Amino acid sequence: MSVNETAQTQATGFSPVAASLKNASVRFGSFTAIENLSLDIEEGAFYTILGPSGCGKSTMLRLVSDLIPAASGDVRIFGKTTEEARIAREFAFVFQDSTLLPWRSALANVELPLEMGRKRGVKIPLSDKSPMELLELVGLKGRENALPHELSGGMRQRVAIARALVCKPKLLLMDEPFGALDEMTRDHLNLQLLQIWKETGVTILFVTHSIPEAVFLGQKVLMLQAHPGRLKEIVDIDLPHPRQIKLRDTAPFTRYTAHLRELLETC
Amino acid sequence: MTMVEKADLAEPNETELAAKIDAEQVRMERRRKIEAFLIPTATVVSLLLIWQFGVRYFEVPMYIAPAPSDVGAALIKQFPLLLTNFWPTFYESVLGFFVGNLAAVCIAVAFVHNKTVQKAFFPIAVFINTIPILAVAPILILILGPGLSAKIVIVSLICFFPTLVNMVRGLQAVSPQALELARILSATKSEIFWKIRLPSSLPFLFSALKIAATTSVIGAIVGEWVGADVGLGALILDSSFNFRAALLYATVFMSSGLSVILFASVTIAERLIVRWHT
Repeated sequence: MSVNETAQTQATGFSPVAASLKNASVRFGSFTAIENLSLDIEEGAFYTILGPSGCGKSTMLRLVSDLIPAASGDVRIFGKTTEEARIAREFAFVFQDSTLLPWRSALANVELPLEMGRKRGVKIPLSDKSPMELLELVGLKGRENALPHELSGGMRQRVAIARALVCKPKLLLMDEPFGALDEMTRDHLNLQLLQIWKETGVTILFVTHSIPEAVFLGQKVLMLQAHPGRLKEIVDIDLPHPRQIKLRDTAPFTRYTAHLRELLETC
Repeated sequence: MTMVEKADLAEPNETELAAKIDAEQVRMERRRKIEAFLIPTATVVSLLLIWQFGVRYFEVPMYIAPAPSDVGAALIKQFPLLLTNFWPTFYESVLGFFVGNLAAVCIAVAFVHNKTVQKAFFPIAVFINTIPILAVAPILILILGPGLSAKIVIVSLICFFPTLVNMVRGLQAVSPQALELARILSATKSEIFWKIRLPSSLPFLFSALKIAATTSVIGAIVGEWVGADVGLGALILDSSFNFRAALLYATVFMSSGLSVILFASVTIAERLIVRWHT
């Protein structure tokens, strides 16, 4: 089976833009973390971001999510500035560490975004799914009253994903969310995430260290390079959906991972 | 390895595995609890027996060191007297505990929200902490008189500092990622305080309150030594001046009983409130 035969047609050119960076740079003092990054993320796309350490992968997510300001250039999310988009709850963030509040049950953690920001004039968009249904969606039905320390690492990360979805974000930013998990849990969550992506139609920007994970999840892989952080290449992944774990053992898949590994070595 | 085991390994049923681990943990926990009770109890009983037979064997006079049985007898016979002196010390400790800790918590909140306030007042707090409580107690009795209020102030002073330091640390011990999450959710300062900082400081607060529970009794007794005619501290002085050693020991026993009650109350409150801290 060749790559072309398994290719999925994507209407990339015409879909509206979820996030757009124009000549965006980020500096920490005299250190340039990201330099002149220009990029359009189409709505509904699944982008994975790869690159050597220090290439600004996480910085890019932090820039998009208004955690750090751009030194120059422009970042827009659905046409809004990052601050406007943050207040409109256009995006949600999933950290590497689940960042659950340890005194809150799984359900109460999912509900947290609904309780915060009102006083700053945030109009909280409601998901068509209740917090309870979101926990069910991530496979945690029956564990809603468990405290975070009673859950495994994988379960905690699933609670964090449910929490991210509770305000029905149009853009989901994920910073190595499965980096600390064992491989089997990671595979399981990868499949679950693809399913959530299909069901909700959310745009996903997913930072990872793992080449196979980047290829398995992404429609496109952004390869960044370091010193200073900038875009090296965008690799289209023409592999069919829905994807299954065994896809990883196929020749087209390994062709992509081999190509990315080569790219990474020249970064 | 048999096929069944292989299949198990390939598809571990998460909930089943969790249940197994839970059951094992429950068993270990029970065993640990029994051991945690039996070992110290046996030690205490043996030590008491050694004391009892040592005193009898070496014929130590009662006014120097009474045997545990003498102390027990005094405890029973003088119980009404002990109890009348127990309550004043109890009130002083508990009221001082609340005043001192409440002040410490409020000041800690002010410190965390305003660095200038912290810079201005933290050295003063440290200075107050360096004054030995025995040295400051007579001054307070002079100012406030020999009544309840002077003792409450002494107890508050002794409780204050550990709670202040712990509470400041607790309020600042929020993970940077939790604060980033709050920022992404556009949370206000007060939302961050009530929903993140305050709850995450509670384990720190309770470890300070446990210290304060026992030091508050010390403060009350010191206050009574300096000027009081009731209370366990006054009874300690009175019985030692009169060589009533058995009564003295019984009073000391009551004092430590008071500490235990306060400590246990704080521990129970902690178990009920800080359920997430394991």
